[in-house]
Amino acid sequence: MTIIYSFLFCGFICLIGQIILDNTKFTPGHVTSSLVVLGAFLGMLGCYDKIINFVGVGASIPITSFGNTLFNSAYSGYLSGGFIGIFNELLCNVSLGICSAIIFSFIFTLLTKVKD
Amino acid sequence: MEKLKYQKLVNDTTPKPKKMKHSLIAFISGGLLGAICEILKLILVNVYDMKITDASSIIIFILVIVACFMTAFFDFDKWVIKFKAGLIVPITGFAHSIQSSALDYKKDGLITGLGANFFKLAGSVILYGIVSAFIFCLIKVVFYG
Repeated sequence: MTIIYSFLFCGFICLIGQIILDNTKFTPGHVTSSLVVLGAFLGMLGCYDKIINFVGVGASIPITSFGNTLFNSAYSGYLSGGFIGIFNELLCNVSLGICSAIIFSFIFTLLTKVKD
Repeated sequence: MEKLKYQKLVNDTTPKPKKMKHSLIAFISGGLLGAICEILKLILVNVYDMKITDASSIIIFILVIVACFMTAFFDFDKWVIKFKAGLIVPITGFAHSIQSSALDYKKDGLITGLGANFFKLAGSVILYGIVSAFIFCLIKVVFYG
């Protein structure tokens, strides 16, 4: 059953992105940035974690979950270490996505030939 | 008057995007990606006895590697043009933007080209994510305690 929920939720987020892309002059950069902000906002309201529990991985794949994870780690940092704790732990949980993208794209770039 | 006429002519001749078709394609491709990842997660959790958080980390890791690999050695750009937001909105779009800017600027040298332009497209996601997470965290701390 969670497979169907994943299909519907992930497709719904992509549908929102596509509608914004088609009807306005925004570039994909605008769309992804605003979706990240939306994810952080939903994380503040506390709904995104419930959605992930209900839907499954289909909710952790879209870029909105990036914002949610950022907010969650910032808030847990505040709870454990006060104001400085926010800066301490803000990037803790998203480091998987960022670091893997950096390292593997660097390796693959070195392996390819120079494009003209 | 001339300007208005010209504007009307431009509006009439620019091809109108098939919005319904595009959004349907984005919905189905994005949804299929989510469904495949959910099936993978169910396999990892039920067969290999993993925790749910570990399984989703592995899935994100796999998606990032596949997107980088396909962009570097095959035509992932063609797929992005075909499926549009279905591949841009998931985490594959993030990896794709980093990899494609790295490939484009490799010709300018390792430091001034590759290093300086690495986060050209993905930088906005990281910047606004961090800033908004910080601000929302302060709001939550102030209003909810």
